[in-house]
Amino acid sequence: MCGIVGLFLKDPGLEPRLGEMLADMLVTMTDRGPDSAGIAVYSRPQEGWAKITVQSAGGDFGGLEAALGTALGGTVTVTPKDTHAVIELDRDQVAAAREWLRAERPDLKVMSAGEGIEIYKEVGLPKDVAARFGIAEMAGTHGIGHTRMATESAVTTMGAHPFSTGPDQCLVHNGSLSNHNAVRRTLKRAGKTFETENDTEVAAAFLSHKMEEGAGLGEAMEATLTDLDGFFTFVVGTRNGFGVVRDPIACKPAVMAETDQYVAFGSEYRAMVGLPGIETARVWEPEPATVYFWER
Amino acid sequence: MLHTAELTARAPATEGGVRVIDLSAQGLRALNQALHDFKARPSNETLWEVVNTKGAHAIAVGVDAPLDITVRGTTGYYCAGMNKQATIRIDGSAGPGVAENMMSGTVIVEGDASQYAGATGRGGLLVIKGNASSRCGISMKGIDIVVHGSIGHMSAFMAQSGNLVVLGDAGDALGDSLYEARLFVRGSVKSLGADCIEKEMRPEHFEALEDLLRRGLAEGKADPSQFRRYGSARRLYTFHVDNASSY
Repeated sequence: MCGIVGLFLKDPGLEPRLGEMLADMLVTMTDRGPDSAGIAVYSRPQEGWAKITVQSAGGDFGGLEAALGTALGGTVTVTPKDTHAVIELDRDQVAAAREWLRAERPDLKVMSAGEGIEIYKEVGLPKDVAARFGIAEMAGTHGIGHTRMATESAVTTMGAHPFSTGPDQCLVHNGSLSNHNAVRRTLKRAGKTFETENDTEVAAAFLSHKMEEGAGLGEAMEATLTDLDGFFTFVVGTRNGFGVVRDPIACKPAVMAETDQYVAFGSEYRAMVGLPGIETARVWEPEPATVYFWER
Repeated sequence: MLHTAELTARAPATEGGVRVIDLSAQGLRALNQALHDFKARPSNETLWEVVNTKGAHAIAVGVDAPLDITVRGTTGYYCAGMNKQATIRIDGSAGPGVAENMMSGTVIVEGDASQYAGATGRGGLLVIKGNASSRCGISMKGIDIVVHGSIGHMSAFMAQSGNLVVLGDAGDALGDSLYEARLFVRGSVKSLGADCIEKEMRPEHFEALEDLLRRGLAEGKADPSQFRRYGSARRLYTFHVDNASSY
């Protein structure tokens, strides 16, 4: 099964409430995926700064701020949140920081990196995951959440969604891919690295690869329809965009709602019943094999 | 979750002869149990209304009594599934599998219906006043379905008997692997599925369609002369070895 929720705000007045609305939507989708949950929140980038979200099984971030700051020779702040921590640093030092993390702190897993994105994901019930990371208190411009009922790989933190395989990019998935091993091999030859055996990570890397080659979000999503085989409803986030695509059979459910204030996605309508103005929103099911995306 | 006794105690909530059940307050199991109990203990309290649905699943499933139930708001999976005898009106849109495996009675959706509306239905009438998405009437076995809007891809897949009437358009692969269900479409058909062909509209079809439009609350909205009929070419389900290469 799996549950997906997404919210792309058009009205800046709602931005302080993004986390609260998204967390409510996520918890409503608990019975579609009680194994694990994850959420990507995009906030307005601060000029010149970037963020890396890391995860440590033991939540051990002691000394990280000082050590990384010394290694980079710049200002670094580390804000722990339960098993995750957000590292804020100079935008030009992201690559150096990731190299340092790989060498010096292999116990830390990078969840996301970019100017706006933060990803939090863990094994457990969505309400517990949302509470541990204080999702409801977060502000932002858009966000995507996922509740997982695992089919293709183990129930682990790294197997939870969203998957992020490029700067400010993330993807969540309801379904299962049947050609992910072949696509993974092709992407590995092109230089992509993988953290898991998960099929969804391949879809995320596929999109990142397309965008690295110069494709826009919409074009990259179109390519999933020809190159990925299996069942999928994907919801994708970028720094300034939000997209949805379903495979041609489209048996994985999807409902969307749009008002002047937001575009919302839910695996089921009930995920969206708490949104402001939902009673008068335009509500529809995205067509099969059709790419929808919004960019600001 | 309340037991039926508590529900009855707390909610004699009859307004103008209508028994009103607040789904958010009283819960799904209490609602469905009360509806099922009607069969064993019938009364003249046959008008029901369900409010605060919020997209909940399995509303009014398995009803087997001549009740008139209005569901206010949008529903989740399987609303009115397995219905027998009852008239169930959804004053909103319906999630996947509305009226799935209906046996008899009538289900009316005022808004749109999600995928596999009326799937495997064996009897009764399903009216969808908006659009229906993919797989509408999949494996239908005697149900009549009237859709005022359009239907999505793979509708009437392996449909065995009954009638599907569509006032709008049909998506890809209409009637794939069809048995003996009759399909009437007024608008365009994006593509026909395997073994589904257009057939001649004979007098008995105009007559049947006129009746379906009347019962489907579409009288005056469309005229039988505007429809085309689709049915099985009967080359697939009666297996011919000569056709093996096309299976």
